[in-house]
Amino acid sequence: MSLLIQGGLVVDPGQDLEEPRDLLIEEGKIVALEPPGQIPPEGRRVISAQGLVVAPGLMDMHVHLREPGEEYKETIATGARAAVQGGFTAVVAMPNTRPVNDTAAITRFILDQAKAAGLARVYPVGAVSVGSQGQTLSEYGDLKAAGAVALSDDGHPVRHALLMRRALEYARTFDLPIISHCEDLDLRADGVMHEGRISLRLGLQGIPAAAEEVMVFRDIDLARLTGGRLHIAHVSTAGSVEIIRRAKAGGLKITAETAPHYFSLTDEAVLGFDTNAKVNPPLRTAADVAAIKAGLADGTLDAIACDHAPHSTLEKEVEFAAAAFGLIGLETSLGLSLKLVHDGVLTLSQLIARMSTHPARILGLPGGTLTPGSPADITIIDPNHTWQVDVSRFASKSRNCPFQGWPLKGRAMMSIMGGEVVWAGGEV
Amino acid sequence: MEFRRKDLLGIEDLEAGEISLILDTAASLKEISTRPIKKVPTLRGRTVVTLFYEPSTRTRMSFEIAAKRLSADTLNLTVAASSAIKGETLEDTAHNLEAMQPDLLVIRHPASGAPHFLAKRLKCGVINAGDGLHEHPTQALLDLLTVREAKGRLDDLKVAIIGDIAHSRVARSNIHAFIKMGSRVTVAGPATMLPPYLESLGVKVTNSLDEAVAEADVIMMLRLQLERMGQMFLSTLREYSTYFGLNTRHLALAKEDVIIMHPGPLNRGVEISPEVADGPHSVILEQVTNGVAVRMAVLLLLIGGEKG
Repeated sequence: MSLLIQGGLVVDPGQDLEEPRDLLIEEGKIVALEPPGQIPPEGRRVISAQGLVVAPGLMDMHVHLREPGEEYKETIATGARAAVQGGFTAVVAMPNTRPVNDTAAITRFILDQAKAAGLARVYPVGAVSVGSQGQTLSEYGDLKAAGAVALSDDGHPVRHALLMRRALEYARTFDLPIISHCEDLDLRADGVMHEGRISLRLGLQGIPAAAEEVMVFRDIDLARLTGGRLHIAHVSTAGSVEIIRRAKAGGLKITAETAPHYFSLTDEAVLGFDTNAKVNPPLRTAADVAAIKAGLADGTLDAIACDHAPHSTLEKEVEFAAAAFGLIGLETSLGLSLKLVHDGVLTLSQLIARMSTHPARILGLPGGTLTPGSPADITIIDPNHTWQVDVSRFASKSRNCPFQGWPLKGRAMMSIMGGEVVWAGGEV
Repeated sequence: MEFRRKDLLGIEDLEAGEISLILDTAASLKEISTRPIKKVPTLRGRTVVTLFYEPSTRTRMSFEIAAKRLSADTLNLTVAASSAIKGETLEDTAHNLEAMQPDLLVIRHPASGAPHFLAKRLKCGVINAGDGLHEHPTQALLDLLTVREAKGRLDDLKVAIIGDIAHSRVARSNIHAFIKMGSRVTVAGPATMLPPYLESLGVKVTNSLDEAVAEADVIMMLRLQLERMGQMFLSTLREYSTYFGLNTRHLALAKEDVIIMHPGPLNRGVEISPEVADGPHSVILEQVTNGVAVRMAVLLLLIGGEKG
């Protein structure tokens, strides 16, 4: 049966559209996008989106789903459930599973599990190096053929500059982007939080901003050298924003993302030794937060991706230095990001671009637009719905969220993937 | 003033009035240790557990003697860090100890924040006996008591703290302590050992030992942890000692009645020359004596505070 979404404000940055439109879906695709009332509702399932925003399905291009290997933290099914509940109809899964996704067989396994779950689309990222050990290149051609959409050694940054050079070159052969987790491990040393006033007071070893920035600089230089496609993950510092801004101004085709926690929290969240605020890169200062917002506003940062990193109490209910890095974000990302719209940092259309259109474009994926002929991946959003973060209601298996109890304004009311309603909440 | 806390986790959380109360209590308890029979029944029937995840002789012994002089029962558990890694978690260990119903748990741990972690989870009081690079509150309190005895006051003093500030919980606690009590603190050391943003703690920062000790009322030397040698913080011990070792020449730059402190154990000939360590300005052994008094005071106030 065809599906008609009626009466909503359609925001589709891809076609520069922000108008009331009705949307007709047939056989998993968008077949018509017309001014209100022009598509007859008879014989169709009608969804009223009155007073709501109808956006291309949100895509989070940086998540950790933990399967295979750490299913006690998250599975592809629970992660996909968390995604659609947070308004994401597609997620891009980093390869640092156990084993690492460095071969076609594991890529296929991830896709099979995602298909079985039938919720969000899951796009696997293959490893830059075998086992993410930073020694030898993995099989990029086979990974791509199996369904990998990018390459990354996220969590195990590529230490060796020559390997990074070769990776950018070899990935170019197969037209795959490299997503770089920029961190100089030697400079990070034993650091567990941002190096600044708070780390000094808490006696916790610091991670200087330079540990990120020197690698952003290195990888940008290597992208220039090789012509490879570079995407910089989870930008957290003012310095990184500035380095990327200059590179783009110089005409280099690179892209970058940041995460909601880098524009919502500072290193003060660590006070009291809260391990849910332990994340890598670490929460930075108010000046960095301001620079991240400015970078999102002027387009230096192309995308918002939450770096959803589930951990159980085994990894988090321990001494701060012993705790794992990472926090979960799929179910708070949209609410935190909409604050940028409410605060006038971004327009709604700019936000949707950074959470849907741009990620799809960076990775060359379908979706990210509501143009007729596109897959019917749609997120219906109430930007003004106020709610309170309650981790006990999360679909994720894990609870490592530093936003517990926060009041947020705006959330997804419905997620539609391939024309199927995969999640509906509220009064839609 | 009453002391109404369950735990003593750091100096940063304390108010000046609370610090004075602890020092006054310690001063009044000090006399007990000079008696032939060094024991009062105040904490009879109470139990104090010490849980040490780092090697320590003087701090652990000091707590144990303090508890015994107040007639508390003590139980000492030293956990080798290596066995802790493969063994039970800190939380499980603590709950097991708590099941034996102690009144206070004294913990030293290599992870900053470990005592705070326990304090949140345990009903019994927790005393931080040194956590990572963070704080060592009873050390700062015994240092304050020593300075107060020598100078008659804690305000308007110039205090120099010299050495590896970056890795020193003693330095952090003392910086908070002296500033709260109204004194001025200058820190000095090689730039590798002075973390960025130190000024934000309210101290003056210099790389010159001469400048730091000039006109100082109190000079506190920190122990150089020799393992820092392999971690790119230092060139050679010889050079460290040349530029940051305290010797008799420096005493001439300080106030005439300057006192020299050191939390121990000493690296003689590295951060402090034997002439200075053993000389008339040194109060290093008074620090040890006062350690017992201060820990008696803290045990008493926390257990008393719990009742109130």
